[in-house]
Parts: sequence; C-alpha cells; structure tokens
Amino acid sequence: MTPRGHRISVEVNGHMHGGEVPARLTLVDWLRDELHLSGTHVGCEHGICGACSVLFDGEAVRSCLMFAVQADGHRVTTVEGLSGEDGRPGELQDAFCETHALQCGYCTPGMLIAAHALLRGNPHPTEAEIREAIGGNLCRCTGYQQIVEAIEHAAAKLAERGAR
Amino acid sequence: MASADAPGEFRYIGKRRRTKEGPRFVQGRGRYVADVALPGMKHVALVMSPHPSARIVAIRTEAARALAGVRYVLTGEQFCAATESLQIGVDAPQVTRYALAHEVVRYAGEWVVAIVADSRALAEDAAELVEVEYEPLPFVVDPERALAADAPLVHAAHGSNVLYHRRFVWGPVDEAFAGAAHRIAFRAVWGRSSTVPIETFGVVARWDPGTELLDVWASIQMPKFPDQVARALRLPGNAVRVHYDVDVGGSYGGKRGLKHTVLAGYLAMKLGAPMRLIEDRLENMRGGDAHGPDRIFDMEAAFDSDGTIRALRIRAVDDVGAYTGRAPLQLGKPITAICGPYRIAAIEYEPTSVMTHKTPQEAVRGFGQSPTNFALERMMDRVAAHLGMDRIALRRHNLIRKDEFPYRIPSGSAYDSGDYHTVLDKALAAIDYPVLVAERDAARRAGRLAGIGISTCLEPSGGNAAFEILFNPKNETTTWMDSCLVRVDLAGAVTGVIGTSSSGQGHETLVSTVIGEVLERDPASIRVARADSLSALPSNSPVGSRMAIMLGGAAAGAARMIREALIAIAAHNLDCSVEKIDYRDGDVSVIGDPSRKMTWDQLVEIAHRKYHRLPPGMEPGLQAKFVWEVPTGGGLPTPDGRVQMYPCYAFEAHVVYVEIDPDTARPELRRYVCGHDCGVMINPDIVHGMTYGGIAHGIGAALYEKFAYTPDGQLASGTFMDYLIPSALEVPALTIVDHCTPSPLTTFGQKGSGEAGYLGAPAAIANAVNDALAPLGTTLDTLPMTPHELWRKISAARATARS
Repeated sequence: MTPRGHRISVEVNGHMHGGEVPARLTLVDWLRDELHLSGTHVGCEHGICGACSVLFDGEAVRSCLMFAVQADGHRVTTVEGLSGEDGRPGELQDAFCETHALQCGYCTPGMLIAAHALLRGNPHPTEAEIREAIGGNLCRCTGYQQIVEAIEHAAAKLAERGAR
Repeated sequence: MASADAPGEFRYIGKRRRTKEGPRFVQGRGRYVADVALPGMKHVALVMSPHPSARIVAIRTEAARALAGVRYVLTGEQFCAATESLQIGVDAPQVTRYALAHEVVRYAGEWVVAIVADSRALAEDAAELVEVEYEPLPFVVDPERALAADAPLVHAAHGSNVLYHRRFVWGPVDEAFAGAAHRIAFRAVWGRSSTVPIETFGVVARWDPGTELLDVWASIQMPKFPDQVARALRLPGNAVRVHYDVDVGGSYGGKRGLKHTVLAGYLAMKLGAPMRLIEDRLENMRGGDAHGPDRIFDMEAAFDSDGTIRALRIRAVDDVGAYTGRAPLQLGKPITAICGPYRIAAIEYEPTSVMTHKTPQEAVRGFGQSPTNFALERMMDRVAAHLGMDRIALRRHNLIRKDEFPYRIPSGSAYDSGDYHTVLDKALAAIDYPVLVAERDAARRAGRLAGIGISTCLEPSGGNAAFEILFNPKNETTTWMDSCLVRVDLAGAVTGVIGTSSSGQGHETLVSTVIGEVLERDPASIRVARADSLSALPSNSPVGSRMAIMLGGAAAGAARMIREALIAIAAHNLDCSVEKIDYRDGDVSVIGDPSRKMTWDQLVEIAHRKYHRLPPGMEPGLQAKFVWEVPTGGGLPTPDGRVQMYPCYAFEAHVVYVEIDPDTARPELRRYVCGHDCGVMINPDIVHGMTYGGIAHGIGAALYEKFAYTPDGQLASGTFMDYLIPSALEVPALTIVDHCTPSPLTTFGQKGSGEAGYLGAPAAIANAVNDALAPLGTTLDTLPMTPHELWRKISAARATARS
C-alpha cells in the first residue's frame, strides 16, 4: 500500500524543489530524507526542543510539527541556507565559532535559525530579548551562556558593518 | 562571562583559540548517526511493554508481517537464543539482560518486539498491529520497598533485588561518633534524572557476508564498546568494526546503547541488509535504558563544637531499575572523593544497589559523584546550622589546606593538588558576598523568600576504573589507558589519530593543541583523524573526566617521540650530539653555531625518503604511538576496600542567589558564580563551556528534571512537556572565576573538567533554596525541588505558623 502522494513545490534555500509526498510526511523528514539537507536535526518530534527549527517565510518554526504538504508554495530556509553565497559561514555562524557557542553541535542549527530570526526583526536585542528568542530551543551542552554571547557578538558586528 | 589567569609558559595551551570543530557544526555539516544513510537500509521500530511487570502469554505478529514494506518481525524468544546476555559490572550472573524481553517484562517501556520495514513510518505502523497478551505480575517501583523480604523480585533467579551491598569502614568511625560533642542525622534524596541529550541514541549496522565484518556507526560514549558488541553477538572481536567518526549529539555519560547495537547488528546479519535503529523521544525516555542515579542518602555526622568534622556515616540506596550494566558502579566512583574537599578522618560508607521495575539506569556525568556531593554539602549546611556557625567559616575550617597536598583520604585515594580556600575566596569576591547578603536580607524584609547557597565540591578526574575491582571481586581491571598516534606525512603535515568518538568535548581541538604545543607547529594546521575500532590504538573513551589528562597526555607523549626523532635526525646530519640541537618551530640549528641548521621539511624528507641519512637503527617514516596508563593507576584494593582511584581532583566553589515567588513557589536564580580550579586549561573556552553546561544540567537536576513514576509503575514524564530541561530562561547569566593549581601528575598540569559545574550546582542550589526556606522554619532535602514541592513546603510551613 503506497500512500497517495501530493504534489508540492517549495522554495528551499533559494532553490525551487518539487516532489510528490505522502500527506503524513513531516517537513523535517522531507528536508532530511528527500532533499538531503541533514543540517536540520530531529530532537523530540513533539515541538519542544527546537532542534528542527527552520525559517518558514522568514519566521522560525518547528519542522517536526509541520507536514511537508503545508510548505507547498512557501519559502523555507535551513541552516545550510545561512552561509554566504561563497559558501562560507555568515556573520552569525562566525560569531558562534568565535565565542564557542556550541559543543556537540546538535542544537546549533536550530539555535542559529532562532537567532537569525531574532536579529532580522531586532538588530539590537538586550540579553533578556536574546534569552526570550532562544527560550524555545533546548541546549544540553552550553548552559546558553556562550550562545547569548555569540548573538550579542553577531549583533555588534552586524551593527558595525551597517554603520560603515 | 569568565575570567582567566592564563598560564604564561605555553604557546597554544591555555590560550583563547577557536575550536577545530566549530565551522562544520555551524554550517550544518556535522555527521551524526541519523545522517548515515546506506543503500538498501532498513528501519527498526519497537513494541514496548505497557506493564511494569508481566508474563508474556502470547505474541501475535501475523497482521504486522502482512503489512506491505515489513521485512521482519523479531521476538525475544528467537533473539535471546541467538545472542549472549549483556555484561554487568557486579557479580550477579543471574541478572541477565537482552535487548528484547523473553517470557517476562520487567518495566513499562521494555522492548518486546522489533519490527523491520522499508521506512521507519511503516515499521511504526506495523508495531501498532502487533498484539501481545500479558498476565500482569506484582511489581515494585520504590527502592526501599524493593529491599523488603516480601517484595516482588525483579529477577527471580537472582533471589533478591539487591545487586550489591557492602559496608566499608575506613578509620575509627565508632570511636569518633562516641567521642564527638555533636551529632546530626538526616536524609537526602537525589531524584531520578539523567543526561537526556537532545539527540536520542541511534545506531546503523551493516553486515558484509563476504568479509564477515559487522560495521557499526553509533552515537556512543562507551568504554570497551566493540568488544562487548562482539561478545553479545558471538563474534570474534575483529568481526566488529565501530566507526568513531560519527558526531555524537550530546551524551554526558549516558550514550551507551549496547542493547540497541546488538539488536541492530543481529538484524543486519539476519536480513543481510543495513539496519538503522534510531530512538524516537518516547523510546528514548522509556526504553532507552538511560535514566540516572535515583538515590537515598542517610547521613550522619559527628563533629566538635569548633566545627571540626570527625566522622561520617553514609548509607546510600541506589535504584538501578530493572536491568543493569555499569550502573551499580556509580555507587563506587564516589569512594574516590567520599569526604569531599574536607579533612575527615573516619568514614563509614554503606552502598546498596537495588533493582526495581523501572527503566534501567546508565552512567551520568560524574558517575554518582554529584549526588554524593549534594548530600555532603547539605550536611555541611546542617552542621553549620546546628552549631550556629557561619557556613563559610565551617567550610574554611574543614577544607584541606593548600600545604597538605598530596592528601590521602581514608578510602585510599590521594588528592593531587588544590588551593580550595583561595578558590572559595575568589568566588565570594566575584559575587561581592557582603553586598549579596545585604540584598538577600533586604528581599526578606520586603516579604520575599530569598536565599544564598554555597557549595565546595570536588571533580575527580582521570577516569581510572578501580571501582570495578571493589564492586566485583572477579574483576581485576587495573589499567584504563588511552592512546594517540602522531604522523608526519611526506609533505610535512601533522596528523593525530585517536580511537574514540566525541560528543562535544572538542577532542580534535585538544589533540591538535597539545601536538602543536610540543612540536611548536600551528594547531590549525594539524588534522585529527579518528581510527575505527579495528585500526585504533586502545582507548577507554571520554568517560570519567579523563580526556584532557589521558588523551592529552597520550598525544603529548607521541608528539614528544616525533620531536625526539627529528632532533636525532638533525644531530646525525649536523654531526653533533642531540643535546647540542636547538629545536624551534620544527626547524633545528646547532647551539652556539646557528649557521648549521636544517628545516622541518628537510628533516621530514630524510625520515621518509633518505634512509642513508637516518641515524643507524631508526625506523623510517615519521610516526609515533603512545599509550598512557592513568597516573597513580595499577593498584589493587586492600581487603578493607582502600584503593587509589582517580588521579586528579579539580575543585569548584559555587555561590548562588535564589528568590522564590512566595505565591507560586517559582524559583528564580538571580546570581550565579562558580570559582573553578582544574589546573592548566588546554582550551579555556572549552573548559568554560563544559562548566556552564554542567551548571545548567545541575540546575535541571536540582529544580526541574525528574523521571517520575506513578503508583501503577508507569513513567509519568516521558516527553519534554513533563521532563523539564532548563531553557535559556531558567538558566541565569553565569560567571566563572578561574584559578590554576597545576596537577603534579599530568603532562602540562591539567586536570579533568568534563563534569565541572554539574558536580557542585545541585548542592549549591539546594543550599540556596534551604536558606530561602529557613525563615519559615522548614527544610527540603529532596531533589528535584520543583515549584510544586516548594509550594507544598511553603504552604505547610505557613499553615503551621497560623495554627
């Protein structure tokens, strides 16, 4: 019994991807298994840990709580899409390296997505605003300290670049 | 925020440098087990027991087998006949353990049937179609109830629920209790929590019938893993190849996954297809067999009026759940620091490891030390309260002094070095303790519940497994080595080869920094590769806070051999003695005659190509291996159970300020400082990161995280909606203050730090909460101190006050 497929067309990291998917396929499984974008991780599959966060039309969402069919006609950005056009880490990713904002790296893509969404809407966040923005992303390694520092660092660098 | 005293005599060690691992992780280029996709791979889902204890009457699998895409259905009857029971750490041969239950189930969540299908979704569909008929049996989930003579037995063949019990007496305990002016006794309870990494456990296994080789990719942190997998599958050790180049998405001790791997390996061999078994969150929480210590301490202390603690009696009952591996040994490791950082001359320790019908326990960060530290530090605060003495003064009075090291404690271990008083002073200064006291007192006057907590705790490090011998007389393991291979290739590039996987500890950064330091080459240019288990040198994996010491020491040893080889080649070719060679950045010259010199490239080329220019007898090529035994290791225990366990002892002093909402009982950690001394730090960012993370983990254990069981034996917190991992909103801004007392036992003076923070945070937070509760005349010595538990305590205290 092959589940009936649904045609979808989704812009992922700036490229159009089409395909036929079963209705019950989650967005994260489609990204990982069909598009081979393995940077998005699966942590809890019930929407708490945030490891599977992606940008959906620019907003951070849990790709484990969405079906792939719901993404039809929308724009998705994964961690792979955060790198610059030259393929090198962007400012935020670089800041995570600078302050050692990761250890095992498993929550990191989701954290980057949450931080990216924050900085786009609020380029000068306070520490409290940063903690609020990543409050839905669980990290077991870092105690969040160096992640908060990374986001502060990235905000400062981005402001510096904007001021130039 | 962290402040550091960077040691000056090193070029790369102790300096802030970016890690080698960072770039691949921030780009989503990590390679975790779920990213290993092999052609033709099949997927495993599991049917779990709904009962804590039951006889399996019948298993009906026809409907599951009939589903399209289902390739195999495996039950325990077949699996247990074809594989060996997993090994356990104590002498209890009747306590068998297999991945699938056979005849009886012993906890709710235990795996009963494994389904193999073309996709995980299909396998889950099929799992729903399996019908298992059970006859429920009596069960026990309370560890003290499990000790009763009439308790239902978890493993009837074992004849008892007790896995291990012994009473150790080190020093004149009874005399000290008889002679001391004061005594207290109290109970402290450490709740069942664990490491709960964001990545669940996963394994991919592939059997090649042509080579008769089982390849394994797994998210493991497990000593002697390949040997145990091979043994359980009745394969020779060299028929299992474990790939260590798998990024592990967090472990903190817990990712052992033996039963998962044996099951996946068996299925891969049986079906001739690659097999993927990746736990979903429910499988992980209920049946992943990775709960943590669940421990009741009955503590007694004898002390003088001036605060001198003369003797301790510690009775610890630990609930390992329904099956066991190394879990009982978590009662053994704390023997290496059983009196904490204090001068206490006589100690009685009575550990009991007991089985119940709950999910099995696995290793957790600190291997039992954090619960012990919590009990010790509650004792210190209770002694101070009993005497009306300041908590800090009491600690200062009992802390081992800087000039007393090496200091041998009654249970046999010698502490290597430390400066506990200074670290405590630094932490108090950093938080501005007098101001903090004033802040707390002002908050209390304003009607708020406010408290300051202090803990001074040890982190034994260097991971020697001497507790194995203490807990199992048939075991004579006295080495716990680690190793490294360093190669310089023809083009002069340096590679360090290690034989273990990493779960965030930054081993590539560690090894490249150490090799770079010794060879005076830029660590950024040094690659660190991971051998698989068939090509690796011996390793005991990153457990026991050991890699800075053991892998760092091994890498340094191998790098030094390379350096010595280069110097020997130089001396031979420059026609002088090795003592006359000046080695600088890999290039060499003759001391006093700098015009006679050779470059790194020239020396390397000779080693690889010009045998005629090598010193006589030197092996060509340029590589060196070094296997390092744990410093101070190798000894057997005395008959009364004294043994040198871990070599190195890091120290941490926590000061935390908490306010508890008097109406909702929500605790808020408002200030947090940790003074930390782990000797020389190889990479301060990594040490600080693990310490911050350890504190956050400790906040969870102290306030939020619990694998709670209902009276009918069901796990009540199997999701992240009820098992509460602290988020960035519960973890406050953290301040670490470093101090450096080098270890005299290690290559660069380093000590371990992988368990830092976690070993003192629960103790400090428990003390802070109790300080906040003190004005109400109530105490709470049970972790986690959830808002609900706090609210009950506060309400009861107020009701008492009103009546």
